[in-house]
Amino acid sequence: MKTYLPPKFIVERDPNRCTHCQVCINQCSFDAQYHDSKSNEVKSRGENCVGCHRCVIFCPANALNIRRAPLDYRENYNWRPEVIEDIIKQAETGGILLTGMGNDKSHRIYWDHLVLNASQVTNPSIDPLREPMELVTYLGRKPDRVELGPVGTRCNASLYLKTELPPQVKLEIPVMFAAMSYGAVSINVHESLARAATEMGVMWNTGEGGLHRKLYQYGNNTIVQVASGRFGVHSKYLNAGRAIEIKIGQGAKPGIGGHLPGEKVSAEVSTTRMIPQGTDAISPAPHHDIYSIEDLSQLIYALKEATNYTKPLSVKIAAVHNSAAIASGMVRAGADIIVLDGFRGSTGAAPKVIRDNVGIPIELALASVDTRLRQEGIRNQTSIVVSGGIRNSGDLAKAIALGADAVYIGTAALIALGCTACQQCHTGKCAWGICTTNLALTKRVNPDIGSRRLANLLRGWSLELKDILGGLGVNALESLRGNRLHLRGVGLTDTELEILGVRMAGH
Amino acid sequence: MRDIAQVNNPYHDDKVIDACSLFGAMDTSGRRFSGEGVIRAIANMHFRSNGLGGGFAIYGLYPEYAESYAFHIMYLSEEGRKQVEAFLRDRFYLVYDEEVPTRPTPGIVDPPLVRRYFLEVGGQKHAEQSEDDYIVNQVMEINTKLQDAFVFSSGKDMAVFKGQGYPEEIAAYFCLEQYEGYLWTTHGRFPTNTPGWWGGAHPFCVLDWTVVHNGEISSYGINRRYLEQFGYHCTMQTDTEVVAYAVDLLMRKHNLPVEIMAKVLAAPFWTDIERRPPEEQKLLRTLRQVYGSLLLNGPFTAIIAHQGEMIGFTDRIRLRPLIVGVKGDMLYLSSEESAIRLICSNIDRTWIPAGGEPIVGSLRSPLQSSAAVERRC
Repeated sequence: MKTYLPPKFIVERDPNRCTHCQVCINQCSFDAQYHDSKSNEVKSRGENCVGCHRCVIFCPANALNIRRAPLDYRENYNWRPEVIEDIIKQAETGGILLTGMGNDKSHRIYWDHLVLNASQVTNPSIDPLREPMELVTYLGRKPDRVELGPVGTRCNASLYLKTELPPQVKLEIPVMFAAMSYGAVSINVHESLARAATEMGVMWNTGEGGLHRKLYQYGNNTIVQVASGRFGVHSKYLNAGRAIEIKIGQGAKPGIGGHLPGEKVSAEVSTTRMIPQGTDAISPAPHHDIYSIEDLSQLIYALKEATNYTKPLSVKIAAVHNSAAIASGMVRAGADIIVLDGFRGSTGAAPKVIRDNVGIPIELALASVDTRLRQEGIRNQTSIVVSGGIRNSGDLAKAIALGADAVYIGTAALIALGCTACQQCHTGKCAWGICTTNLALTKRVNPDIGSRRLANLLRGWSLELKDILGGLGVNALESLRGNRLHLRGVGLTDTELEILGVRMAGH
Repeated sequence: MRDIAQVNNPYHDDKVIDACSLFGAMDTSGRRFSGEGVIRAIANMHFRSNGLGGGFAIYGLYPEYAESYAFHIMYLSEEGRKQVEAFLRDRFYLVYDEEVPTRPTPGIVDPPLVRRYFLEVGGQKHAEQSEDDYIVNQVMEINTKLQDAFVFSSGKDMAVFKGQGYPEEIAAYFCLEQYEGYLWTTHGRFPTNTPGWWGGAHPFCVLDWTVVHNGEISSYGINRRYLEQFGYHCTMQTDTEVVAYAVDLLMRKHNLPVEIMAKVLAAPFWTDIERRPPEEQKLLRTLRQVYGSLLLNGPFTAIIAHQGEMIGFTDRIRLRPLIVGVKGDMLYLSSEESAIRLICSNIDRTWIPAGGEPIVGSLRSPLQSSAAVERRC
């Protein structure tokens, strides 16, 4: 069937620079470059180009550029190009439209409408180059109070600490790498994440596809995930990590399961996931042993039993309308950490209609969950981690001020590895070798370089976060956490300000 | 319900910001002494305040009524007084009451009426709650529900005298040179707004706890939200109130000793914790993990007092001044050393404590008999 889809991009080749060396042909996994044997020239197929820039970056002659194809439809706010082309795709395939990454719509990004405070006159800002500036944070359940033994006063109080804290996870920087499963991303991506997390004293998350045997050595900086498909879950796996995360939902596709196509289930993925090679790995939409909150509690305690109560249990949900009530139930069900994933949160593959229409902004979910848990007096019983569209240390600082203990970054981490957010994750053809198991492509991520780029990103953010804290006049992260007085809103409605618990700038 | 925040914080700022002069003096043997020296000392730091608030807390003040709760109440109208006195008769047994003596003083303009009441609580009155909680609840009720009245202080054998003016003017107005106590703390205020309301001056008092405080607590937003979880409502919207409630929570409700309290409010750095012996590390780490939201961050010095004890400490990187002086049984805490030397020229020794290090004077261990106040831990 002839496709009615117009090309999205134009590949521009500077004939004066191009040496026809064919590097771009090798680099492009979408077949947008080819060698014309008749003319013995390298040429382009713009209709195949996804705009990932792989060829542009790797062209040794700097001969390439990618531009958006300036094809105009008649102006129509309702029947926009995206809407028209979605219909064309469905008319040609008759299926569910798939896409990669998170919601890319123009919904308000609240981070961009929040501004931070700084010290002037009445208190001094603190210079992080001269004074200690503390970013350490501990995730896990905390008791309401500390109890000391009866004799424990004065100098020997330390001998009589009665309160024994439940297991905690220490983070040197309040940023972790979000769950991305082996199979969805390549082993080299996993290794890069694991090594960077270990170097920087933070956590990375296995995602739901198990943990490759060669990464067990990074267990102390690993959060192992248990999702509805239970892929790769066994006793050694559960005990390998520093914490366990039950994945209920994902911001990019709330209410939807996962599907790793059989083509991506290579021998190594098969061994790690404990499924036959080449078979589809289907994660059901719900956990079939969790149809209610008390079932969640049973799974939480089953996993705690399996690991002898040595690891905090995290539960991850997609941010949806009644997150606050759900979160409260999760805490009472035994979740030591709750993860909220907003609708900007990414995915390797999701039905486009779900990604584009389900879920809520993480800023609002975070604010309402933190407020609710405080109203109920149980905020200390859990740590809150947010994910879904955290782009820089400014977003990070604002998330902490709204009440998060830490954030997860997924897309930002992948961008550090080369991703350009071209949204082709679901095709398995990622030219940057990130979201694919094609060996020819996965080797494009070198864990030595990848882990260095990721560690650099974290280091950069941590330095910036210290500058922000110092400017606010505080020298410890916990003095910013939940401190919404340090935030003001710009261009927000009263209702938005009320939900965020933030005052209008100028107030 | 009356919103104190409206009175104390008319511009609806995040909180009322002020800086100031502090002075504390305690005879750890329990001997009562006149306030003359303390008044001279705080007057010597005149330029640290701007005439918009001064106050004194005195302990060991009313030995003749030592077992009664001494309520010092400010009235803005006769109607307010009638209401409150009816309320007090309903909730307490009134042992004695009188107007607090004053003298006309230049600089003190339009003062409110201040009366004191010595009250006792019968067992049947607070059947469901502890006596302390009963007192706190009554004070909150007067402050927030009754018109034109505000409770300055409500502890036993102690009182707070405060108002709008320089501290030495307040002292003159209330004739404080005529009183004796074993522990005095005092405060001269430099606020960045002008509430013109006497209740907003320091010391801030809950039960017999008083706080005088110099600084701005940049962590106020989260400290306050944390305390709200435990039922404290920051009606005054001041840093000082947050300090007082934090101390009340940690020491009275959670029963932690004063040194541990200081390790929460001015927590040691993680790197310092790692240098301690394993057991102490565990304690300090646990405290930070559990009470991280109570860390008072930003520049401050606070002098906290209650019956028999005075505690001074700064924020952990000492962004506001605190000087300690010791002479015999006397312990002095001051914003400036000159104020100590002015009233005690032959002081044994003075020093600047490390950031976050609590300096404690206690009747339980008088200075002469115990080795020294410094380096207890």
